[in-house]
Amino acid sequence: MKPFLYIRPKNLKEAIDAVSFHPQASFIAGGTNLLDLMKRGLAFPEKLVDINHLPLKKIEQKRGILRIGALALNSDVARHKLVNDQHPLLVQAINEGASGQLRNMATTGGNLLQQTRCPYFYDTAFPCNRRQPGSGCSAVNGINRHHAIFGVDEGDPDQSCIAVHSSDMSVALVALDAEIVIAGQNGERKVPLTGLYRAPGNRPNLSANLDKGELITAVEIPDSRYGKNVHYLKVRDRASYAFALVSAAVALDMRGNSISSASISLGGVAYMPWRLPTVEKFLTGQPANDALFKQAADMSVAGARPFKHNAYKVKLVRNVIYESLKTAAGIA
Amino acid sequence: MIKQIDTTSENNSLDRVDGRVKVTGTATYSAEYSFANLVHAVLITSTIAKGHITQIDSKEAETISGVLAIVSHLNSPGVPGYGTAKQPPERAGMGTSFRVFYDSLIYFSGQPIAMVLAETLEQANYAASLVKVTYHIEKHQTNFEENLSKAYISPGVLRNKNSPFQDYIRGDRDALDKSKFKIEATYTIPTQHHQPMEPHAIIAVWEAADKLTVYDKNQGVKSAQGNLAQAFKIPRENVKVNAQFIGGAFGSGIRVWPHTVAAVLAAKMLNRPVKLVLGRELMFSSVGYRPYTVQKVSMGADSDGLLTAIVHEGIGQTSSYEEHLERTILASRVMYDCPNVSTKYRLLSLDANTPTWMRGPGDASGMFALECALDELAFDLKIDPLTMRLRNYANHDLERNLPWSAKGLKECYELGAEKFGWKNRSHEVRSMRKDGMLIGYGMASSLYGFHRHPSKARVVMLANGTVIVQSATMDIGPGTGTAMTSIAARVLGISPDKIRFELGDSSLPDAPGQNGSSTIPSVGAAVHVACEALKKKLTELGDAMPGSDTASYADILKFHKLPELEVTEESRSGPERDQYSMYSFGCHFVEVHVSLVTGETRVKRVVTCADVGKIINYKTARSQSIGGVVGGIGMALMEESVMDHRYGRYVTSDFASYHIPVHSDIPQIDVLYVDKADTLANPIGAKGLGEIAIVGVAAAVANAVFHATGKRIRSLPINVEKLI
Repeated sequence: MKPFLYIRPKNLKEAIDAVSFHPQASFIAGGTNLLDLMKRGLAFPEKLVDINHLPLKKIEQKRGILRIGALALNSDVARHKLVNDQHPLLVQAINEGASGQLRNMATTGGNLLQQTRCPYFYDTAFPCNRRQPGSGCSAVNGINRHHAIFGVDEGDPDQSCIAVHSSDMSVALVALDAEIVIAGQNGERKVPLTGLYRAPGNRPNLSANLDKGELITAVEIPDSRYGKNVHYLKVRDRASYAFALVSAAVALDMRGNSISSASISLGGVAYMPWRLPTVEKFLTGQPANDALFKQAADMSVAGARPFKHNAYKVKLVRNVIYESLKTAAGIA
Repeated sequence: MIKQIDTTSENNSLDRVDGRVKVTGTATYSAEYSFANLVHAVLITSTIAKGHITQIDSKEAETISGVLAIVSHLNSPGVPGYGTAKQPPERAGMGTSFRVFYDSLIYFSGQPIAMVLAETLEQANYAASLVKVTYHIEKHQTNFEENLSKAYISPGVLRNKNSPFQDYIRGDRDALDKSKFKIEATYTIPTQHHQPMEPHAIIAVWEAADKLTVYDKNQGVKSAQGNLAQAFKIPRENVKVNAQFIGGAFGSGIRVWPHTVAAVLAAKMLNRPVKLVLGRELMFSSVGYRPYTVQKVSMGADSDGLLTAIVHEGIGQTSSYEEHLERTILASRVMYDCPNVSTKYRLLSLDANTPTWMRGPGDASGMFALECALDELAFDLKIDPLTMRLRNYANHDLERNLPWSAKGLKECYELGAEKFGWKNRSHEVRSMRKDGMLIGYGMASSLYGFHRHPSKARVVMLANGTVIVQSATMDIGPGTGTAMTSIAARVLGISPDKIRFELGDSSLPDAPGQNGSSTIPSVGAAVHVACEALKKKLTELGDAMPGSDTASYADILKFHKLPELEVTEESRSGPERDQYSMYSFGCHFVEVHVSLVTGETRVKRVVTCADVGKIINYKTARSQSIGGVVGGIGMALMEESVMDHRYGRYVTSDFASYHIPVHSDIPQIDVLYVDKADTLANPIGAKGLGEIAIVGVAAAVANAVFHATGKRIRSLPINVEKLI
């Protein structure tokens, strides 16, 4: 591990300045991912700016919007009464992620920004565009059982990356139309969470749309219609503590048996949580029933681009969408 | 006769004698000994699978503060036992153990090629990241499936007509063709790694120019002592190996691996204590693995299910420089009452490091094939799998034509079937469902050979009547000290808390390493006979004093003015090994739930039964059995070391990519023992338990998955994509 400096800034501004004005500085919160990256020679910050003590832990509701501080721990969010009352989908997704120990350390902001778990990225002996653009993506023609089937850009082999985003929490947040609050040198800005993630194909080493020194300070979830008919279904290689092969966050707004609106997001299939707008639109205004959900499941894999070892994900997505729609609608 | 473990009252069980120090963190593991002046070593490993090193550029690394040396074949002072390297270097012939920093040649990806020595671990790690290595790359072969045609019979096996790995045939060689019913299937076990929680680690200290002490994670202090003495050409007695606490090993610590030699070499170079701990990723290339295996089993039976033929052919992975042979096909010769059996065993050399024994070596792989094949045949014949096994029950060893010393497998079947509720199983597949899940019941038998090696134990009674028992045996987790304390307490008739058992130190009396389920049969017997000898001495001394009826051991020593009383005894097998066939036997019953939607399999219930002779200590035995089942569930459902053959390198290099079971994968496991002494095996009537606990588990799971889904998964692990 490369030697580094460690500082604890007094306030948010100092923290942002510390990273903005140092070429190789990095924020550190829970450290559940960054420390691994440093130990395996994938991240080498010269300065770690510890933000754990900053007042960004609060979970509160204002004018219908639920605001979760970026430093709120995963386990605290999943236990919080407001979150449980209003967004059980988010609670389900968080509790399906990582392990109890990790959820006790991992923060909301850090979870969103976690690196992919592509094994080629983690072992510097392999070429990897995400580590070193231009070296090639080892996964495209390699072992790609865990890799993307959506959002794949094969245009430039020197910029391609088929790694998937590994968060569970983010899949639910995307389904709930969450926004993130970002603080930086130019003050505060707010963007949809989906805007955080960069599509591969152009500098895949930059995995998030954040400027130098910018810090996620909060996640905001709009007043939700999706309180009751929701389901998070995760498929993995063991019963717990494994990244999703495929996961689905499904949220329905039901009036009687009719679906007034739907929101669906998939995990484990793309560089970011993958919304299915066509399927959502198709479901809107329809009465919930088995045949409808079968059709929706078939539609969900339109445009999928499987590779040698991950064709199973196409079938799995279909199954998972069908099953979680039924569960969310209560017709299972 | 038959005892079910009741976790609430283990009256005849001792708590682990070292339980408190382990759970309170005061047990000292190899990497935890502290030394002033300690140097930290970090290995640099090859990123290619075959070729040679053309350059090592360590200029920048050497400038890092705290760096003491960067060692490679270019500047290594050499390991005396290796001999001098040839110029130009020549590839090692078959049967040559890997020699660290010996020459420029690369045999496998992950091979140690250089080592940074520094004042702190951080400095060593950082410097290691700055060393640039260039290679001349040669074409490698790491793909087992694509090279099956290159499998060969080991020349060593051919030369040795007593080798069990010779082609074997008994009975009618045309029996299979003549069989009324037959099946043929191919079973694949991927490479799997032991990955114990504690990584391998060593601290090496040269006490003098020819005197070495190491604190090393291994499974045999005596064999490590011998190996290191040979490597560094010093007298055996000048090497002291300590390994008092081991955080799991499962076979990874049976050999002395290159990193151990590297650390000793470094300590010699700097004349300072050197610590080397393998990172998790190096645990995939440095300490062996369960070899990739492909097995073809053909089996014939008559309409009653009586076996008429078994043909079992296995190919196992090995390296280009060593032959690793294991029992893969051997169980098929003895497990069932089949007159016509033939086996073949072949090796396939690949450009990977040498495999090694991993829990239930050979048999865990071989019995997966045999027990799945039998299940396939039973299903075709519409015979209950358990009935099928009972119909083919071997009442003696048909391979050696010998009676069993003891075999309580029938009792195991009965006991397990009753506890599990096997009779509730319907024969048809996909016939049992609950809450949208398919339910499957599966079972499999288990066996493991009896291994007993000459062992010594020293027993010392001190003036106050407390006892120290010593043997250079090991505890990699099963609770050796607890079991031995229990044996000593029973023989001497004193309270276990007056006994201290010492192990894991090469200066103690000779004992085998902890492998092949041999510890209780070998060392347990030695402790037993040594305690009996001590008791006899004490009885004689007692008889020679007045008031002996009421005298305590302490009184006897006091009367005779003895500060202590010591005996050392050896115990070893006798002619009984040629008169009887000795095995541990067992079986497992498994219930799985499979989701048709997600393809996920979860094991919901396991009943595991074993006949291992007398159970020495129920509590620790039960832990052994549970651990074996957990390992078997991992083997069945998730463990797989995946290699990218373009690079000849594993892509599974951490615990995020190489899965072992977590708590929520493990259901209720009921453990039952026949618990009947095998009086012919050894003086304590106890046989080995460690291996048999895993052998057959994967087959039971796979058979249950078939029963649930109708899908026969013959290639492990049974993961999502194989079932949706």
